[in-house]
Amino acid sequence: MDSLTQKIREIASNILKEGRVDMVIGFAKGTIPMTTKPYMARTPEQVENFIWDKNCTLNLANYITGRKEKIGIIAKGCDSRNIVNHIVENKISRDQLYIIGVPCSGMADKHNPDELRDNCATCTHRNPVIFDVMAAEPVEEQKIDDPFADVKAVEAMDKDAKWSYFEGLLQNCIRCYACRNACPLCYCPTCFVDESGPQWVGKGQNKTDIQTFHFLRAFHCAGRCTDCGACEAACPMDIHVRAFTRKLNKDSLELFGWEAGLDITKRPPLDTFNPDDPNDFIK
Amino acid sequence: MANLFEHIGMEKERLQFSWISSAEAGKFTNVATEVANTIEALGPIDKFVKKTD
Repeated sequence: MDSLTQKIREIASNILKEGRVDMVIGFAKGTIPMTTKPYMARTPEQVENFIWDKNCTLNLANYITGRKEKIGIIAKGCDSRNIVNHIVENKISRDQLYIIGVPCSGMADKHNPDELRDNCATCTHRNPVIFDVMAAEPVEEQKIDDPFADVKAVEAMDKDAKWSYFEGLLQNCIRCYACRNACPLCYCPTCFVDESGPQWVGKGQNKTDIQTFHFLRAFHCAGRCTDCGACEAACPMDIHVRAFTRKLNKDSLELFGWEAGLDITKRPPLDTFNPDDPNDFIK
Repeated sequence: MANLFEHIGMEKERLQFSWISSAEAGKFTNVATEVANTIEALGPIDKFVKKTD
Protein backbone atom coordinates (compact mmCIF):
# COMPACT_ATOMS: atom_id res chain seq x y z
CA MET A 1 0.00 0.00 0.00
CA ASP A 2 1.00 3.56 -0.72
CA SER A 3 2.94 5.06 2.19
CA LEU A 4 0.95 8.29 2.10
CA THR A 5 -2.33 6.41 2.42
CA GLN A 6 -0.76 4.42 5.27
CA LYS A 7 0.33 7.59 7.03
CA ILE A 8 -3.07 9.26 6.60
CA ARG A 9 -4.83 6.22 8.08
CA GLU A 10 -2.39 6.13 10.98
CA ILE A 11 -2.85 9.81 11.86
CA ALA A 12 -6.63 9.63 11.42
CA SER A 13 -6.88 6.54 13.56
CA ASN A 14 -4.79 8.12 16.33
CA ILE A 15 -6.77 11.33 16.56
CA LEU A 16 -10.04 9.40 16.63
CA LYS A 17 -8.75 7.07 19.36
CA GLU A 18 -7.46 9.99 21.41
CA GLY A 19 -10.86 11.66 21.09
CA ARG A 20 -9.37 14.83 19.61
CA VAL A 21 -11.95 14.76 16.82
CA ASP A 22 -15.43 13.32 16.32
CA MET A 23 -14.83 12.43 12.71
CA VAL A 24 -12.21 12.61 10.01
CA ILE A 25 -13.07 13.69 6.48
CA GLY A 26 -11.02 12.13 3.71
CA PHE A 27 -11.31 10.21 0.49
CA ALA A 28 -12.45 6.62 -0.05
CA LYS A 29 -12.40 4.56 -3.20
CA GLY A 30 -15.16 5.50 -5.65
CA THR A 31 -17.72 3.15 -7.11
CA ILE A 32 -16.07 3.14 -10.54
CA PRO A 33 -12.34 2.77 -11.24
CA MET A 34 -10.13 5.83 -10.95
CA THR A 35 -12.57 7.80 -8.89
CA THR A 36 -12.79 8.68 -5.23
CA LYS A 37 -15.58 9.86 -3.01
CA PRO A 38 -15.57 11.97 0.14
CA TYR A 39 -15.69 9.78 3.21
CA MET A 40 -16.34 10.60 6.87
CA ALA A 41 -14.76 8.18 9.32
CA ARG A 42 -16.25 8.24 12.79
CA THR A 43 -14.52 5.18 14.26
CA PRO A 44 -10.90 4.01 14.09
CA GLU A 45 -12.08 0.94 12.11
CA GLN A 46 -13.63 3.09 9.37
CA VAL A 47 -10.25 4.74 8.86
CA GLU A 48 -9.23 1.69 6.82
CA ASN A 49 -11.43 2.97 3.99
CA PHE A 50 -9.30 6.05 3.45
CA ILE A 51 -7.13 6.19 0.38
CA TRP A 52 -4.90 8.76 -1.26
CA ASP A 53 -4.14 8.70 -4.96
CA LYS A 54 -4.15 10.81 -8.11
CA ASN A 55 -7.94 10.93 -8.24
CA CYS A 56 -8.72 12.88 -5.08
CA THR A 57 -10.11 15.69 -7.18
CA LEU A 58 -12.90 17.02 -5.00
CA ASN A 59 -12.40 19.66 -2.34
CA LEU A 60 -13.05 18.41 1.19
CA ALA A 61 -13.46 21.91 2.62
CA ASN A 62 -16.93 21.67 1.10
CA TYR A 63 -18.02 19.34 3.89
CA ILE A 64 -17.07 21.39 6.94
CA THR A 65 -19.44 24.33 6.36
CA GLY A 66 -21.30 25.22 9.54
CA ARG A 67 -20.52 21.93 11.30
CA LYS A 68 -20.49 21.86 15.07
CA GLU A 69 -18.34 18.81 15.85
CA LYS A 70 -14.60 18.58 16.07
CA ILE A 71 -13.36 17.55 12.68
CA GLY A 72 -10.18 16.06 11.36
CA ILE A 73 -9.75 16.90 7.70
CA ILE A 74 -7.32 15.77 5.09
CA ALA A 75 -6.13 18.74 3.10
CA LYS A 76 -4.05 19.11 -0.01
CA GLY A 77 -2.89 22.61 -1.00
CA CYS A 78 -6.20 23.83 -2.45
CA ASP A 79 -8.35 22.21 0.26
CA SER A 80 -6.25 23.96 2.89
CA ARG A 81 -6.77 27.32 1.16
CA ASN A 82 -10.50 26.73 1.18
CA ILE A 83 -10.32 25.83 4.87
CA VAL A 84 -8.67 29.23 5.39
CA ASN A 85 -11.56 30.81 3.43
CA HIS A 86 -14.05 29.03 5.65
CA ILE A 87 -12.33 30.24 8.82
CA VAL A 88 -12.13 33.81 7.48
CA GLU A 89 -15.81 33.70 6.50
CA ASN A 90 -16.79 32.30 9.93
CA LYS A 91 -18.12 29.03 8.56
CA ILE A 92 -16.04 27.02 11.00
CA SER A 93 -13.66 27.87 13.80
CA ARG A 94 -9.99 26.99 13.71
CA ASP A 95 -10.26 25.27 17.11
CA GLN A 96 -12.75 22.77 15.72
CA LEU A 97 -10.33 21.54 13.12
CA TYR A 98 -7.44 19.16 13.13
CA ILE A 99 -5.91 19.54 9.68
CA ILE A 100 -3.91 16.69 8.24
CA GLY A 101 -1.84 18.36 5.52
CA VAL A 102 -0.96 16.34 2.46
CA PRO A 103 1.60 17.73 0.03
CA CYS A 104 0.13 17.28 -3.43
CA SER A 105 1.90 16.74 -6.69
CA GLY A 106 -1.24 17.33 -8.72
CA MET A 107 -4.29 15.27 -9.51
CA ALA A 108 -4.84 13.34 -12.72
CA ASP A 109 -6.98 14.57 -15.57
CA LYS A 110 -10.17 12.53 -15.62
CA HIS A 111 -9.78 11.66 -19.29
CA ASN A 112 -5.99 11.41 -19.56
CA PRO A 113 -4.88 9.75 -16.33
CA ASP A 114 -1.23 10.19 -17.25
CA GLU A 115 -1.53 13.94 -17.36
CA LEU A 116 -2.19 16.53 -14.66
CA ARG A 117 -5.58 18.13 -14.72
CA ASP A 118 -5.65 21.66 -16.01
CA ASN A 119 -5.81 23.55 -12.70
CA CYS A 120 -3.08 21.39 -11.12
CA ALA A 121 -0.76 22.12 -14.03
CA THR A 122 -0.74 25.82 -13.15
CA CYS A 123 -0.95 25.39 -9.36
CA THR A 124 1.58 27.27 -7.25
CA HIS A 125 0.29 26.19 -3.83
CA ARG A 126 0.76 22.44 -3.74
CA ASN A 127 1.64 22.35 -0.07
CA PRO A 128 -1.03 23.04 2.53
CA VAL A 129 -0.94 26.61 3.84
CA ILE A 130 -2.46 25.63 7.19
CA PHE A 131 -2.13 22.30 9.01
CA ASP A 132 -1.72 20.66 12.38
CA VAL A 133 0.31 17.77 11.11
CA MET A 134 1.85 16.94 7.75
CA ALA A 135 1.52 13.45 6.33
CA ALA A 136 4.75 13.81 4.33
CA GLU A 137 7.58 16.19 3.54
CA PRO A 138 6.52 19.26 1.51
CA VAL A 139 6.87 18.95 -2.25
CA GLU A 140 8.62 21.49 -4.41
CA GLU A 141 6.29 24.23 -5.66
CA GLN A 142 5.94 24.69 -9.40
CA LYS A 143 7.38 27.79 -11.02
CA ILE A 144 4.90 28.97 -13.59
CA ASP A 145 6.01 31.76 -15.93
CA ASP A 146 2.56 32.74 -17.01
CA PRO A 147 -0.17 31.12 -14.92
CA PHE A 148 -2.93 33.02 -16.72
CA ALA A 149 -1.98 32.36 -20.33
CA ASP A 150 -5.41 30.86 -21.02
CA VAL A 151 -7.20 33.94 -19.66
CA LYS A 152 -4.98 36.22 -21.71
CA ALA A 153 -5.81 34.26 -24.84
CA VAL A 154 -9.50 35.00 -24.28
CA GLU A 155 -8.79 38.64 -23.43
CA ALA A 156 -7.06 39.02 -26.78
CA MET A 157 -10.18 38.01 -28.72
CA ASP A 158 -12.60 40.60 -30.07
CA LYS A 159 -15.95 40.91 -28.33
CA ASP A 160 -17.93 38.70 -30.68
CA ALA A 161 -15.32 35.98 -30.52
CA LYS A 162 -15.39 36.17 -26.72
CA TRP A 163 -19.14 35.87 -26.69
CA SER A 164 -19.20 32.87 -28.99
CA TYR A 165 -16.42 31.27 -26.94
CA PHE A 166 -18.50 31.48 -23.75
CA GLU A 167 -21.69 30.58 -25.56
CA GLY A 168 -19.93 27.48 -26.86
CA LEU A 169 -18.59 26.60 -23.41
CA LEU A 170 -22.04 26.52 -21.90
CA GLN A 171 -24.03 24.94 -24.69
CA ASN A 172 -23.90 21.49 -23.09
CA CYS A 173 -24.82 22.61 -19.58
CA ILE A 174 -27.70 20.55 -18.21
CA ARG A 175 -28.04 22.72 -15.12
CA CYS A 176 -27.52 19.88 -12.69
CA TYR A 177 -25.71 22.32 -10.37
CA ALA A 178 -23.00 19.74 -9.64
CA CYS A 179 -20.40 22.53 -10.01
CA ARG A 180 -22.16 24.61 -7.40
CA ASN A 181 -22.66 21.69 -5.03
CA ALA A 182 -19.04 20.60 -5.29
CA CYS A 183 -17.76 24.13 -4.75
CA PRO A 184 -16.68 24.90 -1.16
CA LEU A 185 -17.51 28.57 -1.75
CA CYS A 186 -21.13 27.87 -2.68
CA TYR A 187 -22.62 27.42 0.76
CA CYS A 188 -25.51 29.90 0.66
CA PRO A 189 -28.53 28.30 2.39
CA THR A 190 -30.61 29.23 -0.66
CA CYS A 191 -28.72 29.79 -3.88
CA PHE A 192 -29.90 32.72 -6.01
CA VAL A 193 -30.99 30.28 -8.72
CA ASP A 194 -33.24 28.45 -6.25
CA GLU A 195 -34.96 31.53 -4.86
CA SER A 196 -38.60 31.73 -5.78
CA GLY A 197 -39.54 35.12 -4.38
CA PRO A 198 -38.10 37.03 -6.11
CA GLN A 199 -37.16 34.57 -8.80
CA TRP A 200 -33.92 36.00 -10.14
CA VAL A 201 -33.33 33.45 -12.85
CA GLY A 202 -35.61 31.19 -14.89
CA LYS A 203 -35.45 27.54 -13.90
CA GLY A 204 -35.48 25.91 -17.31
CA GLN A 205 -32.97 25.16 -20.01
CA ASN A 206 -33.21 28.61 -21.52
CA LYS A 207 -29.81 29.59 -22.87
CA THR A 208 -29.76 33.00 -21.21
CA ASP A 209 -30.77 31.55 -17.84
CA ILE A 210 -27.92 29.05 -18.03
CA GLN A 211 -25.50 31.82 -18.90
CA THR A 212 -26.82 33.97 -16.06
CA PHE A 213 -26.30 31.12 -13.61
CA HIS A 214 -22.68 30.59 -14.60
CA PHE A 215 -21.85 34.26 -14.87
CA LEU A 216 -23.28 35.19 -11.49
CA ARG A 217 -22.06 32.11 -9.69
CA ALA A 218 -18.57 32.94 -10.88
CA PHE A 219 -18.90 36.50 -9.65
CA HIS A 220 -19.91 35.28 -6.21
CA CYS A 221 -16.54 33.56 -6.12
CA ALA A 222 -14.56 36.73 -6.86
CA GLY A 223 -11.56 37.02 -4.57
CA ARG A 224 -12.46 33.68 -2.96
CA CYS A 225 -11.82 31.04 -5.61
CA THR A 226 -8.70 28.94 -5.07
CA ASP A 227 -8.90 27.28 -8.50
CA CYS A 228 -9.23 23.88 -6.83
CA GLY A 229 -11.07 22.47 -9.85
CA ALA A 230 -13.83 20.74 -7.87
CA CYS A 231 -16.42 22.32 -10.18
CA GLU A 232 -14.86 20.75 -13.24
CA ALA A 233 -14.21 17.45 -11.48
CA ALA A 234 -17.91 17.26 -10.66
CA CYS A 235 -19.24 18.39 -14.06
CA PRO A 236 -20.77 15.48 -15.98
CA MET A 237 -20.71 17.46 -19.22
CA ASP A 238 -17.05 18.51 -19.10
CA ILE A 239 -17.75 22.20 -19.08
CA HIS A 240 -14.74 24.44 -18.50
CA VAL A 241 -16.40 26.17 -15.54
CA ARG A 242 -13.10 27.65 -14.43
CA ALA A 243 -12.95 29.83 -17.54
CA PHE A 244 -15.07 32.33 -15.60
CA THR A 245 -13.45 32.15 -12.19
CA ARG A 246 -9.91 32.25 -13.62
CA LYS A 247 -10.56 35.69 -15.03
CA LEU A 248 -11.65 36.84 -11.57
CA ASN A 249 -8.59 35.26 -10.00
CA LYS A 250 -6.39 37.10 -12.45
CA ASP A 251 -8.17 40.39 -11.69
CA SER A 252 -7.91 39.84 -7.92
CA LEU A 253 -4.21 39.34 -8.28
CA GLU A 254 -3.67 42.31 -10.58
CA LEU A 255 -5.99 44.78 -8.83
CA PHE A 256 -5.51 43.78 -5.21
CA GLY A 257 -2.41 41.58 -5.18
CA TRP A 258 -4.64 38.95 -3.68
CA GLU A 259 -4.70 35.19 -3.84
CA ALA A 260 -7.53 33.61 -1.89
CA GLY A 261 -7.08 31.49 1.21
CA LEU A 262 -3.48 32.05 2.15
CA ASP A 263 -3.77 33.72 5.55
CA ILE A 264 -6.46 33.47 8.24
CA THR A 265 -5.58 36.93 9.57
CA LYS A 266 -6.32 38.79 6.33
CA ARG A 267 -9.75 39.93 5.14
CA PRO A 268 -10.60 39.39 1.47
CA PRO A 269 -10.29 42.47 -0.77
CA LEU A 270 -14.00 42.76 -1.57
CA ASP A 271 -14.79 42.76 2.14
CA THR A 272 -12.53 45.61 3.21
CA PHE A 273 -11.83 49.16 2.23
CA ASN A 274 -8.35 50.32 1.51
CA PRO A 275 -7.54 53.86 0.37
CA ASP A 276 -5.27 52.33 -2.27
CA ASP A 277 -8.07 50.28 -3.84
CA PRO A 278 -8.32 50.85 -7.58
CA ASN A 279 -11.22 53.23 -8.21
CA ASP A 280 -10.87 54.38 -11.78
CA PHE A 281 -14.21 52.78 -12.64
CA ILE A 282 -16.15 55.32 -10.62
CA LYS A 283 -17.01 58.71 -12.05
CA MET B 1 -17.80 42.98 -12.56
CA ALA B 2 -17.28 45.29 -15.54
CA ASN B 3 -14.09 43.38 -16.28
CA LEU B 4 -15.97 40.10 -16.29
CA PHE B 5 -18.60 41.71 -18.53
CA GLU B 6 -15.91 42.61 -20.99
CA HIS B 7 -14.34 39.19 -20.69
CA ILE B 8 -17.44 37.42 -21.96
CA GLY B 9 -17.83 39.87 -24.83
CA MET B 10 -20.23 42.49 -23.51
CA GLU B 11 -19.36 46.17 -23.71
CA LYS B 12 -17.84 47.33 -20.44
CA GLU B 13 -19.49 50.75 -20.86
CA ARG B 14 -22.91 49.23 -20.23
CA LEU B 15 -22.06 49.10 -16.56
CA GLN B 16 -21.18 52.45 -15.08
CA PHE B 17 -20.65 53.63 -11.54
CA SER B 18 -20.84 57.02 -9.95
CA TRP B 19 -21.02 58.50 -6.49
CA ILE B 20 -23.42 61.43 -6.37
CA SER B 21 -24.61 63.31 -3.34
CA SER B 22 -28.26 64.34 -3.14
CA ALA B 23 -27.03 67.94 -3.27
CA GLU B 24 -25.23 67.44 -6.58
CA ALA B 25 -28.05 67.93 -9.07
CA GLY B 26 -25.67 69.17 -11.76
CA LYS B 27 -23.44 66.12 -11.45
CA PHE B 28 -26.47 63.85 -11.57
CA THR B 29 -27.77 65.27 -14.85
CA ASN B 30 -24.29 65.19 -16.35
CA VAL B 31 -23.73 61.56 -15.42
CA ALA B 32 -27.22 60.51 -16.54
CA THR B 33 -26.77 62.23 -19.91
CA GLU B 34 -23.35 60.72 -20.36
CA VAL B 35 -24.60 57.23 -19.54
CA ALA B 36 -27.55 57.64 -21.91
CA ASN B 37 -25.28 58.88 -24.69
CA THR B 38 -22.74 56.05 -24.30
CA ILE B 39 -25.47 53.42 -24.33
CA GLU B 40 -27.18 55.01 -27.32
CA ALA B 41 -23.92 55.02 -29.19
CA LEU B 42 -23.45 51.32 -28.41
CA GLY B 43 -26.91 50.50 -29.71
CA PRO B 44 -29.25 47.73 -28.60
CA ILE B 45 -27.65 44.78 -26.87
CA ASP B 46 -27.66 41.49 -28.76
CA LYS B 47 -26.04 39.26 -26.14
CA PHE B 48 -27.39 37.90 -22.89
CA VAL B 49 -30.95 38.64 -24.01
CA LYS B 50 -33.65 36.21 -22.97
CA LYS B 51 -35.91 35.60 -25.93
CA THR B 52 -39.40 34.39 -25.19
CA ASP B 53 -41.23 32.96 -28.17
